[in-house]
Amino acid sequence: MNLQSNLVGAVAGVVVLCSAAAAQADVMFWSTQARPIEEAQAMRDTVLSGYEGTVDYQPNEDGPWLTRLQAELQAESGSIGVLGALHGNFSAMSADDLVSLDDLGVSAASDTFNELARLGTDKLLYVPWMQASYIMAANKKALEFLPEGADIDALSYDQLIAWAANVHEATGSPKFGFPAGPKGLKHRFFQGYLYPSYTNGVVRTFASDEAVTAWEKFAELWEHTNPASTNFSFLQEQLLSGDAWIVFDHTSRLAQAFNERPDDFVAFPAPAGPTGRGFMPVLAGVAIPKTAPDMEESKALIQYLLKPETQLETLRATSFFPVVEVELPDDLPPAVTAAGDAVAKMSASADANPGLLPAGLGDKGGDFNRVFVDTFERIILARQDIRQVLDDQKGRLAAIMEETGAPCWAPDAPSEGACPVE
Amino acid sequence: MNPRLLPYLLILPVTLFLGVFFIYPFVLVSQQAFSTGGGFTLDNFRDVVSYWKFPISFKNTMLLAAIVVPLQLVLSLLMATMVSKMEKGRDLVLYVWTIPLGISDLAAGIIWLAIFEQSGFLNSMMSGLGLIDQPVNFLSYQNPLIIFVAIALAEIWRATAIMLVILVAGIGLIPKEYYEAAEVFGASPWKRFTKITLPMLRPSLQTALVLRVVLAFEVFAVVAALGGTLFPVLMGEIYSYQFDLMNNNAAAALALIVLAISIFFTLIILRVLRVPKGATI
Repeated sequence: MNLQSNLVGAVAGVVVLCSAAAAQADVMFWSTQARPIEEAQAMRDTVLSGYEGTVDYQPNEDGPWLTRLQAELQAESGSIGVLGALHGNFSAMSADDLVSLDDLGVSAASDTFNELARLGTDKLLYVPWMQASYIMAANKKALEFLPEGADIDALSYDQLIAWAANVHEATGSPKFGFPAGPKGLKHRFFQGYLYPSYTNGVVRTFASDEAVTAWEKFAELWEHTNPASTNFSFLQEQLLSGDAWIVFDHTSRLAQAFNERPDDFVAFPAPAGPTGRGFMPVLAGVAIPKTAPDMEESKALIQYLLKPETQLETLRATSFFPVVEVELPDDLPPAVTAAGDAVAKMSASADANPGLLPAGLGDKGGDFNRVFVDTFERIILARQDIRQVLDDQKGRLAAIMEETGAPCWAPDAPSEGACPVE
Repeated sequence: MNPRLLPYLLILPVTLFLGVFFIYPFVLVSQQAFSTGGGFTLDNFRDVVSYWKFPISFKNTMLLAAIVVPLQLVLSLLMATMVSKMEKGRDLVLYVWTIPLGISDLAAGIIWLAIFEQSGFLNSMMSGLGLIDQPVNFLSYQNPLIIFVAIALAEIWRATAIMLVILVAGIGLIPKEYYEAAEVFGASPWKRFTKITLPMLRPSLQTALVLRVVLAFEVFAVVAALGGTLFPVLMGEIYSYQFDLMNNNAAAALALIVLAISIFFTLIILRVLRVPKGATI
C-alpha cells in the first residue's frame, strides 16, 4: 500500500538522521557563557581550535540551557559532553547529576573558588573555569566634573553621587547608567557592592538601619540616573551611544566599549561606603553531567580548558580572567587591561571589603536574587517606604535562608546553621 | 479500504499529534502545578497568588485585553465590511492588511520599540520637526501610560488581521439575497449592517473573539520588548518563574490560572454569541 510505504520511508529517514547525529564524535560543550556571537565565534576559532578533538561549542540562554540539560538527565541519556556555566547555575543543580572531578588533577589557584566548586559536598563538582567582576567605567568627558578632592580610584558613594549630580547639572540630563534592565545584573550590585559597603553584610543586615541608609543613598544616586536604565542590560551600549557617562556593570558587559574606543573611556574601582569598598567576583565553571556520552573525552576537554595557554585565549575571547596562575602578556585587548587594572586597584585598596558569591542556596538562587530586585523595584521605581519594604521583604529572605539552611558567607559574620536575617 | 474507516484514518495523525504534544504535556503540567515534590497540594497556587506582583500583572493583562480586543473588534469589522464592498484590488488590500500577521510577535514588539525608543523614529521625527530639543525617553518607568499605549498600539497593529481574516470569510458566506431584500424595503446601510451583517456574522464573531481573547491573555513578547519588567503581565510572570527562579511547579500553577481565565472568557463568549437552536444561515 502506498501510504504504508511512504510511512516506512519517512521513519527510515528519521532513523538514518538520528543515527548520523549520534555517530559524530564531537564533544558538545553546552554553555551559558560567551553567548554574544563574536564571543562564541572566538571560542570556536581561537580557544577550542587548539584542542586535539573536535568540539561543538553551543552557548545558550540559562532557560533553554537548563531545560535541555534536565531533559537529558531525566532521560538518563544525553549528548552534552561538557557544561560551562556560572557558579549560580551549578549550585541550582542536584549534586548527583554532576560527575566528581577530583581525579582530573586540575583546579583553580584560589582555594575559595575550589571550595565553592564543591557545592557544599566533599567532591569537586565543577572545575573553576574563568572569573570576572563588576567595575565602574566612565566616559572621559565626565572626568572634568569629578567633585573637588575626589580620587577616581578611591571614590566614596557620596563622591559618586556628587559626581553624577555635577554631570547631570552640566549636561542637563542624568548620565549615570545602571543595569536595571530585564537581563541586567542589578541584584549583584545590591548583594556585592551596596550592602557590603554600607552594612558589612548581605543577609544578616538586610533590614538593618544601615540598610535603610544604603537605600536612601541609592535613591539619591537614582535621581541622577538615566531613567531609561530600566531597559539597560549591557552598559557598553550606553557608554558607546553616550546615553550614560558613568556606569556600573560586569567587566565583560563593558568590554566592547573599551575595545572599540579605548581612548574614550576609563575603568575604575567601585565606590566605598562606611563599611568599606564592597565588591564581588563572578565565577564560571566547567562540569560534566552524568549523562555525558564519552566521559574520557569530556575530561580531556576540561583539562585542556584549564591549561594556562587556553586560559589566556579564553581571556582574549571573552574578557573573563584566568583562574590558574598565569603570566599576563602585554598585548591583551584594551578591555582586558582596563578591567584588570580596575579590579586590581579594587582588591588592593586599603578599605577593600570583598564579598563572596551566594552559596548553599541550591535552586533558590533565583528567589534570593528576586528579593533584591523586588526591593529595588518597590523602593526606587514605585517609591514605597524603605523601612516598610525592607521589613516586608525580610520575611521572604528569611524563608529562603531557612528552607535552604545556607550558612552565612562573607562579608556576613559566619553562622551556625542557616544564616539569620536580623 | 473500507470507506467508513477513511475519515478516522485521516484524522489519526492530528489526533496523535495533539495527544503527544498537547494532552500529554498538559497532564504533566497539571501534575506539576498540584505538587511540590510530595503529594497533592495547593501551595504553588497560594505562592503565586500571594506574590506582590500577581495582582499587578493580573490587572495589567485584563486591562490590556479589555482595551485592545474591543478596539480590534470594531476595527476589523470596519475593515472587513470595506474589503467585502471592494470590486477591484480586494486581494491586494487584504494581503497588505495581513502582513503583520506573518511577523512574529517579538519582531512586532521590536518594530514598535524602534519607533518609541529614546533614539527611535518618533524621537527623530519630533526633533526633526523642532518639537523637542533632546530625545525624550517615552518608555521609562515614569510614564506607565505611554508604555501601556505603546503596547496596546503594537498589539492592535499586530493582531487585528487575525480577526479580519475570519470576519472577511464570514461576511462572504452571508447570502446576497438578504441584502437585496433589505434594499427593496429601503433599509439604510447602517440598518443592513446591524440587522443582517452582525447577526449573520455571529459564528465568525464567536471564533474571532475566542481566538483573540485567548491570545490577549497570552500576551508576552510584545510586552517584553516594549515594557521590559515595567509592565508585568501574567505570561511574563510564568516565564520568570520557569526560567529565572527555575520553579516549574509555580510556573505550572500560574499557567493553569491563565488557562482557567481563558476558559472562563471563552465560555462567556460562546454563550453570549450563541446561534439559537434551529437557526441556520
